[in-house]
Amino acid sequence: MDFNDTPEEAKFRAELRRWLIDNLPDDWTTRPPGGYRWDEHEARTWSKKLYDAGYVGLTWPKEYGGGGAPHTLQGIFLEETGRIAAPSHIGGIGLGMAGPTIIAWGSEDQKKRYLAPLLSGEQVWCQGFSEPGSGSDMGAAKTRAVLDGDEWVVNGQKVWSSWAHIADWCILVVRTDPDAEKHRGLSFLLVDMHSPGVEVRPLRQITGDPEFNEVFFTDVRVPRESMLGQPGEGWNVAMTTLLHERGTLGFALTAGLEQALTRLVQFAKLPGPDGSRPADDPVVRDQIAQLYIDLQGLRFTNYRSLTALQKTGVPGPEGSMAKLHWSEANQRLTSLAQSLNGLAAQLDGEGGVWDGFWVYQQLRSRGNTIEAGTSEILRNIIAERVVGLPKSR
Amino acid sequence: MDFAFSEDQELLRAAAKQFLADRYPIDKVVAIADSQTGNDPATWEQIVDLGWLEPDLGLLDLAVIAEESAYALLPAPWFSTVGLAWPVLDDDLRQAISAGDRSATLAWAESGGPATIAAAANQSATHAAGDTLTGTKVTVPDLGNVTDVVVIASDGLYVVDLTTNPDVVVSRSTIDRTRRLGELHLSATPARRLDAGLDALAEVRRRALALLACEATGVSQRALDLAAAYTKERQQFGRIIGTYQGVSHRVANTFVATQLNRSLAYWAAWAVSANDAEAELAVAAAKSQAGDGSVFACEQAIQAHGGIGFTWEHPLHRFYKRAQWISGFEGNGRAHRATIAESLLGPAA
Ligand SMILES: Cc1cc2nc3c(=O)[nH]c(=O)nc-3n(C[C@H](O)[C@H](O)[C@H](O)COP(=O)(O)OP(=O)(O)OC[C@H]3O[C@@H](n4cnc5c(N)ncnc54)[C@H](O)[C@@H]3O)c2cc1C
Repeated sequence: MDFNDTPEEAKFRAELRRWLIDNLPDDWTTRPPGGYRWDEHEARTWSKKLYDAGYVGLTWPKEYGGGGAPHTLQGIFLEETGRIAAPSHIGGIGLGMAGPTIIAWGSEDQKKRYLAPLLSGEQVWCQGFSEPGSGSDMGAAKTRAVLDGDEWVVNGQKVWSSWAHIADWCILVVRTDPDAEKHRGLSFLLVDMHSPGVEVRPLRQITGDPEFNEVFFTDVRVPRESMLGQPGEGWNVAMTTLLHERGTLGFALTAGLEQALTRLVQFAKLPGPDGSRPADDPVVRDQIAQLYIDLQGLRFTNYRSLTALQKTGVPGPEGSMAKLHWSEANQRLTSLAQSLNGLAAQLDGEGGVWDGFWVYQQLRSRGNTIEAGTSEILRNIIAERVVGLPKSR
Repeated sequence: MDFAFSEDQELLRAAAKQFLADRYPIDKVVAIADSQTGNDPATWEQIVDLGWLEPDLGLLDLAVIAEESAYALLPAPWFSTVGLAWPVLDDDLRQAISAGDRSATLAWAESGGPATIAAAANQSATHAAGDTLTGTKVTVPDLGNVTDVVVIASDGLYVVDLTTNPDVVVSRSTIDRTRRLGELHLSATPARRLDAGLDALAEVRRRALALLACEATGVSQRALDLAAAYTKERQQFGRIIGTYQGVSHRVANTFVATQLNRSLAYWAAWAVSANDAEAELAVAAAKSQAGDGSVFACEQAIQAHGGIGFTWEHPLHRFYKRAQWISGFEGNGRAHRATIAESLLGPAA
């Protein structure tokens, strides 16, 4: 057991820190946290920079444009970029879900075709799993795909698709066999979002931002070979996606939480609306310390899963709880911050506290226990698949 | 970065698991716990044979033993000896312990005086005169079941031989009957001054907290296993109760608490053993989670058992009481969070 970096890890970390300082805007570490978020163009440029420097797809196979590096380096990358609050790569869904699923299930052609542009950020992916009638119960998806010659013809509707409004490709769960038992009738398509018949309608979120979308498919024609796995294997393919959603994701989430806690500590030392410092309030102190414990608990749980992953190739059971615990800790953290602001917690944007930083963070955090599996579903998974209780359904 | 125990440590764990499962099933533990002394001298000999008192064991080795022995709730003054007294003992005593001839504990708390080791290092009313000590120590772990007690006095550390001074021990009824607390009444009692001084107590404290965090991991894991086993079998309203989410989500929460406990405990054990810059914070975080988390785990398990979980007959309460023991040792969760807050936020105005 040794948490210190190996010489290789230390070198990677030092170079990365240097690179981040050199490549982020000059005032990056001194500007107020603010509501400032990058626009699409800035995000694409930044993604390309990361890619050119070799920081994207670190653990992916070299032959498809990845770095072939051990998972620890990816962990360090997420830690360091999180600590300096560097913006993420624009293709989060591609990197975290579509890519790993293509690596696991794709043909050689599919890997060659999709992975490199995904890494460079040239092509952005979205995820079309949820539908109006099926969210947690993804196996009940109704969107249909019918084979017509050499093409699948897709009709139906997806919802809550994050970044679909800027996406070029979609991993889409469709029903290809309405007569088969529910999970067996599903298939997994890779769909070009620029195809005729795809219509994307942005939906505003609780924060006011339109970050997710409804997506309508009307007679959309998809080449027969644009499927991962065989017809009827869609459920298994989608499970791979969800496994990866929770894989090294823990590191990214923890890095985000660490950054948020750093901000909160900074914030609590400033005078609040009545002039007193929250940092002098014993209850606030206790809550902040508890968040620190939550954070470190997550951090070292991640290290343990990583070590298991490195040694055995399969993530340990500890991994399944990271998202659950992170989401609830992040909600407590951001609510604590907002609770320090009195009615000024209402003020948004530039007139708000820290330009509306905490308003946004707190409201956005409510999605954390819903997206990528609700907390209830995650508890079901832990109870049933990790602890081994009988199924509740 | 490597967060795995070494192969030797994994072997040590496997051997400990095997030994405890074979020789200390819960009914045997209960029988010892409810005996007059709460201790079976034969246990100590077995521990010696297993190598649990070897002088070259590192803190990570001890961490493994602490977790497994708490999972079994092994009644023996092992933690008091290696986790509390060992670091300040001289070579003669250490050798006698490793040979199985002696055992030891630490006495720090005083009524109306210091309650923690940290406080006792600065203000102890127990005082030395010549080769004797006078004073009263309370809540001394395993006092009735060891041969020697290290006493924190105002000017240093002393050891009192309990085999030649048996009258100084007053036992107290303790809810965790596997780790009972006693009172030490010293009045011009012969004592030997140790070379180690009061400044050695900082290290004693850290090691003890890290090891108890590992114990809490074992306790939580046991509570989780008991809850899982029961909720997989028991039926009500024609269904297995584990299919009710009101029940299964409790079990899932217990799993989460156990994992967090384990992660922080291992971090603390590593940080203390490596003298890492974050060791103090690691220990505070681990202790806060360990105490609160293991109590939480046992409470969830009790609730998931219904009436049987509330009985003396069922073993759960024994683990619950150990969790409460751990929670009460050397500052509760709030106290440790205050330490963390101090480090993050600076002193409060
Ligand atoms: C910010 C955000 C981004 C998202 N991005 C995407 C995306 O990119 N692509 C995509 O496909 N989807 C996305 N989603 C959708 C998300 O995956 C679903 O919202 C989620 O799976 C829940 O489904 P639902 O909304 O239909 O709610 P429901 O499944 O109807 O759930 C409603 C409530 O019932 C509970 N519940 C449901 N089933 C059970 C059960 N078996 N046991 C106990 N409780 C249960 C849920 O926990 C929840 O509290 C996103 C959601 C959010 C909030």
